[in-house]
Amino acid sequence: MSNLIDYLKQDVRADEALKACMNCGVCTAICPAAEFYDYDPRRICDTVQRGDETEIECLLKSDTIWYCGQCMSCKTRCPRGNVPGELINVLRRASQELGYFTESEKGRQQKQLMNTIGKNILDIGYCVHPDKVSPDYHPEQGPIWEWYIENIEEIAPKLGANYHGEGAGALRKISEEDLNEVRRIFEVTGGMELREKVLQE
Amino acid sequence: MEKRFWNEYQKDIADDHFFYERSCIRQTFFPGSEAAFLRILREELGKDICDNPHQHTCTGIGYHSDVVPLETTMTVVARLFSLMSECGYENYVPSCVTSFGVFSEVIEKWEHNPQLLEQTRQFLWEATKREFKIPKNIAHPSDVIFKFRFDLKPKMKYQLVNRFTGKPLRVVEHIGCHYAKIFPEKGIGKAEFPYVLAGMIEAWGGEVIDYPERRHCCGFGFRQYLVQENRGYSIANTKKKFQSMEPYEPDFILTNCPGCSMFLDKWQYTIAEMEHKTYDKNGFGIPVLTYEELAGLLLGYDPWKLGFQLHQVQSEPLFDKIGIAYNPDEKYKGISGRLLQRPARPECLRQE
Repeated sequence: MSNLIDYLKQDVRADEALKACMNCGVCTAICPAAEFYDYDPRRICDTVQRGDETEIECLLKSDTIWYCGQCMSCKTRCPRGNVPGELINVLRRASQELGYFTESEKGRQQKQLMNTIGKNILDIGYCVHPDKVSPDYHPEQGPIWEWYIENIEEIAPKLGANYHGEGAGALRKISEEDLNEVRRIFEVTGGMELREKVLQE
Repeated sequence: MEKRFWNEYQKDIADDHFFYERSCIRQTFFPGSEAAFLRILREELGKDICDNPHQHTCTGIGYHSDVVPLETTMTVVARLFSLMSECGYENYVPSCVTSFGVFSEVIEKWEHNPQLLEQTRQFLWEATKREFKIPKNIAHPSDVIFKFRFDLKPKMKYQLVNRFTGKPLRVVEHIGCHYAKIFPEKGIGKAEFPYVLAGMIEAWGGEVIDYPERRHCCGFGFRQYLVQENRGYSIANTKKKFQSMEPYEPDFILTNCPGCSMFLDKWQYTIAEMEHKTYDKNGFGIPVLTYEELAGLLLGYDPWKLGFQLHQVQSEPLFDKIGIAYNPDEKYKGISGRLLQRPARPECLRQE
């Protein structure tokens, strides 16, 4: 890619996410990711704003852009109305589309997310569903979650859910007709293309 | 002047005829809360609310994990709006705070970029032969309960008062980040002074605790929790909140986001098991309630139909403080009436 800045600006979110950063660092001060990781959203805004192609390519290949937790606290506080968290969405999309995400450990985790959350959406119409929150993979959910999963057919209806049932209600089975419309939307809008790109890289 | 200023912190919430969109996370972890919300709207308030069987995820968790492109999310949202339009509704009520943020973002993008709205209409037509109208009003269900909090109060059997001391219960409220941090004008009280849960607590007899990390994220972080290797981010952020609220000795935590409710509950268990530390004096942990559970409990609904048995931090000490009537023998019974084998007990977090 000869001009990464132009590539990033093709994303409609780019202009709104970064209007003019004055490097005050309020975003970093409020950022939960900056407390946990070696992460500084101010520097990311600065790197993109300066437009140095080599530095932007490094950013797209780095772990750094995958540290943000998308809480969007930065949007509330930025005195210039920038949204560093949304700039991250722009960078992450470009990193995946250009295949740069495979260069970093955190970036490669996108394959896993495509095979969990991305797959759930297409297979069952939910991002998250009790059938997909396995106690083995989620020890932090504790013994009561394990008990719920073991007894879900007895407990879910007691709470008013329609677990795997036809028609309306919590945890209902989403019909094939409805799922096919969602899948078709993914095909028409580029969702499937991004999925295949990430899984094939 | 002062009055006009405060008006900026208000929002319009429809009065009736709602289209309800279910939440992936709330259905998964708190199905009883969604049932309670519908029951409160229909039976206590006499409102019309549609629970459409053709709905599906808004893709919000996938969008913020960057596995779903913006155009795809916009068109999936458009399909959900088309279901609403098809049923003749105009007031959209999404159960999830992430969905609430996604809908607000999508609509703003359409307003700022009319070509995107046109593109979404074309995508939706090409994929499904559907058309849609943008909702006239979007409110989170916590907004709706807030709006009717004083209508519900006379129907309530209990108040947020400690029956042993006669004093108001002291409550920590936690607002999901995407309720008002992205679009402050969409939240009651905006991002800095959100009043949606505080208004319920005060109306129903309790006292709101202000504490240093009141506005800090619960720590979900999307990919930071969804990928097992990253979960240190999630628990570290939640721990920061617990440490900050501990000196104020809250009686319980109230949330409006289903993810926050789950994390604030489950991470107390994890921290207790990892570090032998709980954030209450007696080792039980601090109960975490959804606003639907709180409203249902005060209205006298059966706690075991609201889903309190799914909480890892047990709520019986809180029930006893308020004087809630409950039958412990029913807690572990299934829909068939059969007594299920009890869950295993944590090593460190006290259960009863």
